[in-house]
Amino acid sequence: MSMELDVFVGNTTIMDMEVYQLWLDGLTVSDAVKVRMDEGALLECEANAEVLTSDTMDQFRTFQMCERLLHSPTKLGSQLLYQIPAQNQRILIERYYEFDSVFAREVLGKKLSKGTKKDLDDISCKTGITLKSCRRQFDNFKRVFKVVEELKGPLVENIQRHFLLSDTLARDYAAIVFFANSRFETGKRKLQYLSFQDFAFCAGQLISYWTVGAVDSMMEDMDVDLEKEFLHELKDLKVLVNDKDMMDQHKILVCAALRGKIKVYKLMEVNFKNLSRALINLASKLTHTKDVRDLFIDLVEKFIEPCRYDRWTVAEITLFLTHYTNAAHCLGTFRYQMIWDRYMGVIKSCILQMYHE
Amino acid sequence: MPGKLKAKIVAGRHLPVMDRASDLTDAFVEVKFGNTTFKTDVFPKSLNPQWNSEWFKFEVDDEDLQDEPLQITVLDHDTYSANDAIGKVYIDIDPLLSCEAATVISGWFPIYDTIHGIRGEINVLVKVDLFNDLNRFRQSSCGVKFFCTTSIPRCYRVALVHGFVEELVVNEDPEYQWIDRIRTPRASNEARQRLISLMSGELQRKIGLKVLEMGGNAVVGYLQCFDLEGESGLVVRAIGTACTLDKLSPGTAPNTTTHTNTHTLPNTAPASNACNSPSKDSKEPVFSEDPPHPLSGPPTPLRTLPSSSPPPFSPSKPCSRQSSSSDTDLSLTPRIGKTSPPSSPSPPLSAPFLIPSQKLTEFPIFTLTCFPPGFLVHVGGVVSTRSVKLLDRIHNPDEPETRDAWWEEIRQEIKSHAKALGCHAVVGYSESTSICEEVCILSASGTAAMLNPRFMREGCLDTGGSDHRFEDASPPSCGFVHIPYDEFNMPFPAQLTYCYHCRRQKVPDVLFTTIDLPAEAEVTGKGCLIQARLCRTKKKAQGEVNATSISNLLPFMEYELHTQLMNKLKLRSMNALFGLRIQISVGENMLLGLASATGVYLSALPAPGGIQIAGKTPSDLSYDQHISTMQKRIDDTIAKNKELYNIHPPECIEEVVGSPIPDRQRSSRLFRSTSESSDELSELDLSHGKKDAFVLEIDDTDAVEDIQSLLTDAPIPAGFYSCNTEVMPGIYNWTSGLQMFTSVRVYRLSNANLTNQGLNKIFTDLCENLLKSLYFKLRSMIPCCLCHLNFTVAVPEEELIQVRGHTYLSTPLQSWSGENEEQLQFSMELCGESTISNNQPTAKPSAPSVDYGSFADRCSTWLELLRLKAHTIRRGSVKTISSSERCSPLPEGRSRSLRSTRSLPCGAPVTVVKMTPLSFLPGTRIVKYLGIINMFFIRETTSLREEGGVSGFLHSFIAEVFAMVRAHVAALGGNALVSYSMKECVFMENPNKNQAQCLINVSGDAVIFIRESDQEAIPPLLSSRQTSSTGADGTT
Repeated sequence: MSMELDVFVGNTTIMDMEVYQLWLDGLTVSDAVKVRMDEGALLECEANAEVLTSDTMDQFRTFQMCERLLHSPTKLGSQLLYQIPAQNQRILIERYYEFDSVFAREVLGKKLSKGTKKDLDDISCKTGITLKSCRRQFDNFKRVFKVVEELKGPLVENIQRHFLLSDTLARDYAAIVFFANSRFETGKRKLQYLSFQDFAFCAGQLISYWTVGAVDSMMEDMDVDLEKEFLHELKDLKVLVNDKDMMDQHKILVCAALRGKIKVYKLMEVNFKNLSRALINLASKLTHTKDVRDLFIDLVEKFIEPCRYDRWTVAEITLFLTHYTNAAHCLGTFRYQMIWDRYMGVIKSCILQMYHE
Repeated sequence: MPGKLKAKIVAGRHLPVMDRASDLTDAFVEVKFGNTTFKTDVFPKSLNPQWNSEWFKFEVDDEDLQDEPLQITVLDHDTYSANDAIGKVYIDIDPLLSCEAATVISGWFPIYDTIHGIRGEINVLVKVDLFNDLNRFRQSSCGVKFFCTTSIPRCYRVALVHGFVEELVVNEDPEYQWIDRIRTPRASNEARQRLISLMSGELQRKIGLKVLEMGGNAVVGYLQCFDLEGESGLVVRAIGTACTLDKLSPGTAPNTTTHTNTHTLPNTAPASNACNSPSKDSKEPVFSEDPPHPLSGPPTPLRTLPSSSPPPFSPSKPCSRQSSSSDTDLSLTPRIGKTSPPSSPSPPLSAPFLIPSQKLTEFPIFTLTCFPPGFLVHVGGVVSTRSVKLLDRIHNPDEPETRDAWWEEIRQEIKSHAKALGCHAVVGYSESTSICEEVCILSASGTAAMLNPRFMREGCLDTGGSDHRFEDASPPSCGFVHIPYDEFNMPFPAQLTYCYHCRRQKVPDVLFTTIDLPAEAEVTGKGCLIQARLCRTKKKAQGEVNATSISNLLPFMEYELHTQLMNKLKLRSMNALFGLRIQISVGENMLLGLASATGVYLSALPAPGGIQIAGKTPSDLSYDQHISTMQKRIDDTIAKNKELYNIHPPECIEEVVGSPIPDRQRSSRLFRSTSESSDELSELDLSHGKKDAFVLEIDDTDAVEDIQSLLTDAPIPAGFYSCNTEVMPGIYNWTSGLQMFTSVRVYRLSNANLTNQGLNKIFTDLCENLLKSLYFKLRSMIPCCLCHLNFTVAVPEEELIQVRGHTYLSTPLQSWSGENEEQLQFSMELCGESTISNNQPTAKPSAPSVDYGSFADRCSTWLELLRLKAHTIRRGSVKTISSSERCSPLPEGRSRSLRSTRSLPCGAPVTVVKMTPLSFLPGTRIVKYLGIINMFFIRETTSLREEGGVSGFLHSFIAEVFAMVRAHVAALGGNALVSYSMKECVFMENPNKNQAQCLINVSGDAVIFIRESDQEAIPPLLSSRQTSSTGADGTT
């Protein structure tokens, strides 16, 4: 005797969220049954393996049938096929679009193309995430990217409107879209220590302050690209290193403010010009797409690594960058206050996020 | 001519991509009714077209309005080739024809294609302008209300119960017509869907005509079935109970809620509240041909059929479709009031509580299972009849007399059984068929009962008026269990005792019925589902030989099922079965029997004895030991069950019951079919003859089987309760968050050469496993109750077993769950269909044209009755308030029911549509019935693997059916479908060809309900007063 057909359909579609997670994790039915057994599902209701298998199969099938709708979450609310309570709809969508940050870290900054998709087996091996789950996550990235790429208005809001995601998740997706669009370099060995959350934070900063939408939300343009004009104006900051008087003045002001307050004062005093030059050069180069892509590797190589070599603490870097930024305001001849603040604000928070002691 | 149907196509959404090049669709819509077709403009390049069409107007006969569905086809325009159909929507216009139901159909409907399933949605508006037609000779019956519900619908008051109506329509099945060989599967499926839709429309119209003729305005307990007889044709038949219903005015509405309130408050005096006067605004259906019968008028039944009245419809009616109906005398006969004196218009408090049966010229049949208080006087027991017939091709669809005669015979037999039980009526009546190739088993069953004749006469019935107690001879809560037959001339052996409640009348020791537990019944402890399962092999055979062997097997199956039920009942220490439903399905080489019922301990009946095991040869010591361990296990189980179901009848001092009847005087006459072939069966004593029914002899292989099946029945996991009736006996609090599920399973038998016992074991395991699966799936809902748990068995293909289930359950309200978790109630219907299929669709060259009915192998009609128990543990139980539960305060939400119907949420867009097999939604109040939903769908696939195999295919089809039902309910303005049932779910597959086909028929009543908790706005003073009065009503 063997089961040929076994279905269980509710007027209201009932879903076990624990099984949903197993499905999302890309487990096969038999693996999922094993996991559930290990978790003690058999102890409930005098269930046996057959019952558990049947239940798991049913649930997996239900999820599979709903998957089509999850690809366009706005449809889930208006479709008539499955009657799913609003609360459950939200959970279904949110969980479906949730991703492993380990996986996201791997894909971050890569082109969301077929080529990358082929590399998913490697990522799967490396991260221990099932290939099925990798594919789902990758497809989610790609889908969100495609939808919001050409849309006007704030990126996060666009994602939320079209995919009904929570604020946090939408922000993470904004970061992924932003990185994929600008193709930031994240794969270098020196950047390996950075987590997805580090990059997501930086992306948030860039989106908030350096894009067109950051200046004027009514602008026709999108959030996805950095503001060209602003990048161009950054060249003007070169005066801070090119004008020797100004650079000395800057150093004196910073040193005066920091004296006695940081342990690495000596080293700072010695390195000030190098550090300052690193930050200013970085700014002036950003007109080239290539250099924009290398923003993070440059930050690490030119600023974070020297500081780490000298064993700066986060607090010391915070103090330094604060005073470094503020001191420029006191330079009588420095005219680019606005641009300076816009540049340094983002650079400072990025460095602080990226600086792991 | 009297009708104008108007339809408007508003918009579409989520359409499929029909043009690969643009990834878009150029959609337009064809609207068809009868032979008229309108088209919308093409809305180019969009998946969400906005047609916003004009109103398409169809001027049609109301007859067509009743028969035909509105057919909406969505197509993709193609300049160069033929337009591609995207899908269709069929809309039944019927709900718009009754003035009290829906007024407009408006909403999003899934666009359905029989090959691709649901493909997008379409927004449609439909209205009907109806002109009154007073022509006596008309063919239409607009305005007659139909209810699937087998009780009096909640917001109505029954003025008069006219009795049984039936009708039957036959046609050729398009699937078996020659043209089917050359048309596409889609065309064939659509032809079938359309034909069945037309046939059920016609059937309903004809039943409506009969109702109008009887003077009624509604059909309650409408049960429509399809018999897919294959090559022999297609039969659509329906039965129902004709009634005259009055709509309750908002003022009297609160009384209706007492109906949901199924428990009794013992020893509470019937309240004489002010609401007992019949509602004044008894509405007459506008299209009724009879003048309204005022409450003071002469009894309607007396003048419904003047002798000069023309035949209900002319036989020469042009047959546009190849179908017709037949008419039997039966449908017009149940005018039981004929000889009884006309009653006074006022509530006849002095009405005779029981009219002598000889005064009743006819035995009425009722499809109702739930009755207004006082309707049931006595219940005799289950009566049932089965008959095996050989199908032959329906040569002339215009003359369906053969099928009609078959059913007529069966109904007559049922009536004669009822008469034998001293009863004049059959209630809880239902009919079913099981077809395998050319063999067909027709079954009918019901409960013999004595009814209060007052209900059959002119309107003096008030469901809410609890003071209409008609008699004082027997107290309300136990009257129905008193025997209706003469104790000195009993139709079967039974042990009688004096009623444990009133101590005045005789009661049997065990009672089996097909009805729901009457609201007035007093129950000790809780009820539970009891199932008997049986599988019997038979030889493959053809024609008459086959029919004979089946009919020979039937009585034995009935007997065994009965024994199983009885044993299981005893094992649970219960003494009555309600909602008994026995299904016997025929396959090519086996027969499946499944009996389900809800066991309860009726306080008025004597306590059941235990089960004793006896060995025949008590010589061997180890053998004795074996027996005693068995006995111990059984005793333990009984004790455990008593605890589980909370059955603690008050252990009273043995009371001398005034020695009922000396044993010898007991008549051992058994009532069964008197037809020829069953004569030899009459030796069979269903009640185990003189032997103690509850002594199981272990030598007997059957007994070993019995014991095994008794003890292997898995106990219900803690926190679950189950029953197959509408309400769970012993649990009275309902919550409103309910769920309904369907489950279908198909098993393949690996070994064809199984023995009876092997098969039995497999079959039992199937049922048990299905239950287990359900418990497991619903484990997060406990404590919960699975209500309306019914299994259906059928046998479609060789070595396949199919199980289908419906689940209905509710989630507890927070505030209640803390207080008394045991009283939380979930309900669920489990309608398992287990199909072992043996009939290969081997095309028969020619169907034998023998009318098998003439030598009808009549099998076994068994009177399922009050049973004899040899050794009674005599236990008097003076009925006092036995269970504290019963006296627990009503949940406040339910009692507060005063509310005007003005606050209907009809206007608001309804997103959630509930579905339930129950006739009500716990914790809510139904404020309006919008019409009957009766839909038939076919789904076929030629890419079975791609759709996820058979499971994936069926899963999505069932989900689609639910979606379409919900859409129709919502479009009528409703928010729930009650009395839902999936009557047919025929699944056929051909994995080699990667094909599968499935047919599903669903029905129910679309309603608007409001939550009782919405009614909080009532001032506290008023509501508390109301609480007390409805609380008193609860005693009814």
